[in-house]
Amino acid sequence: MIRVVIPFHLRILANVTGEIQLEVESPVTLRSALDALEARYPMLRGTIRDHVTFKRRAFIRFYACEQDLSHESPDTLLPEAVAAGTEPLLVIGAIAGG
Amino acid sequence: MSSVRVLVGTKKGAFIITGDAARKKWRVSEPHFAGWEIYHLKGSPVDPDRIYASQSSGWFGQVISRSDDAGKTWTTPGSNPEELKTPDGMPKGESNKFVYNTEPPAGKPLTTHQWYDGTQHAWEFKRVWHLEPSLTDPDTVYAGVEDAALFRSTDGGKSWQELAGLRGHGTGPKWSPGAGGMGLHTIVFDPTNPQRIYVAISAAGSFRTDDGGATWKAINRGLKSPYLPEMTPEVGFCVHRIAIHPSRPGVLYMQLHQGGGVYRSDNAGDLWQEVNGNLPTDFGFPIDVHAHEPTTIYAVPMDPNLRVPPEGKLRVYRSKAGGNEWEPLTKGLPQENCYINVLRDAMAVDSLDDCGIYFGTTGGQVYCSPDGGNNWQPIVRDLPYVLSVEVQTLS
Repeated sequence: MIRVVIPFHLRILANVTGEIQLEVESPVTLRSALDALEARYPMLRGTIRDHVTFKRRAFIRFYACEQDLSHESPDTLLPEAVAAGTEPLLVIGAIAGG
Repeated sequence: MSSVRVLVGTKKGAFIITGDAARKKWRVSEPHFAGWEIYHLKGSPVDPDRIYASQSSGWFGQVISRSDDAGKTWTTPGSNPEELKTPDGMPKGESNKFVYNTEPPAGKPLTTHQWYDGTQHAWEFKRVWHLEPSLTDPDTVYAGVEDAALFRSTDGGKSWQELAGLRGHGTGPKWSPGAGGMGLHTIVFDPTNPQRIYVAISAAGSFRTDDGGATWKAINRGLKSPYLPEMTPEVGFCVHRIAIHPSRPGVLYMQLHQGGGVYRSDNAGDLWQEVNGNLPTDFGFPIDVHAHEPTTIYAVPMDPNLRVPPEGKLRVYRSKAGGNEWEPLTKGLPQENCYINVLRDAMAVDSLDDCGIYFGTTGGQVYCSPDGGNNWQPIVRDLPYVLSVEVQTLS
């Protein structure tokens, strides 16, 4: 079981409050975590990564264990603490005006 | 007892305003989709409780929402995990999936258009500017998108298919974005001919299909464009809006970019004539037609350089002759220190008797005239920047 935190507007869209807990089979990667997130909440498809290319949207960032994973390959293993559920994967809306 | 429902899209959410038949008492909803840019929302003419909304965000992209209970509750169509799964168990989640058709719609795949520097640039989906529900089927809705293309859903917004004949009809590689992006912002149905649809694109021009969207032709003859190198190009016009009256669907009214102004076509867009007459400027965004008087039209002229009301006076202009002869309508509108704008999708008319005229401003006001423009009142003053206004007349 992993823990995922998504931004305010996506929590509203997915109709969730607080952290999301997801079952993800090992090995846990960014790709498998996001696949599991979108499988549970299909309305999030296209809002974090592109529907077709699965590329991260420009103003989305992925953080975990005080590391910026945004530019890592989607198949890189997530930190053990995330895979074990002791630390959350943070999906963040990048800082911008407006 | 009749009433009206005004659907307002803003930069920070949607608002639903209900009013009585006299259009004196108003109730403004809490924001829907608070924080999202709502480019447009519009109800089905067949089932007024069904409303489609375009949510957009620089962070999270495009979302399409639908209400089947007049805006009380919203869903993203097809997002129920049990409802739409692929054979391998993954959800489709397609209501916000707008993928350009690169099949050969008109002889060859079309993947690029002209960019600001004159080079060819890949077509990239950015957002839905306008949603136009079918006149006859509540599950069918059209979407005008940026980069310019026309999509259609026939399953209530769950999935979208491009009508690729528009981009592929021949001039697509010459289309180029204006400063505000290359959006398809106007979709007008001919109520007497389901095969005929008009669309308008910034900055490409206006187009018509007579076969339900399979093939298209540019309809820009007669338009002036001092900002284009050729005198009479086939495309490249920054059309701001087209409107018709349902009883005369072959008569089109257009607000064009500066240097052009207000135009009318009496032959379904085959030829346009300028009808600016005594308007104070040739620039503005919306144009609309009185619900019961097919030759009575409304425009909101703006200073072409500043894009605010000339002299700081907010004036709607009305022509009862289909253009050329215009009268300013000022009663109830600010006549000093007014420096807002009225965007292309931010004007609408109801079909009560007298006809009500509505428009929203970038300053967050929504104005209504319950008597065809003679008298105006703000029905709400302090919304976010208004992007779109639609009105539903309810019996």
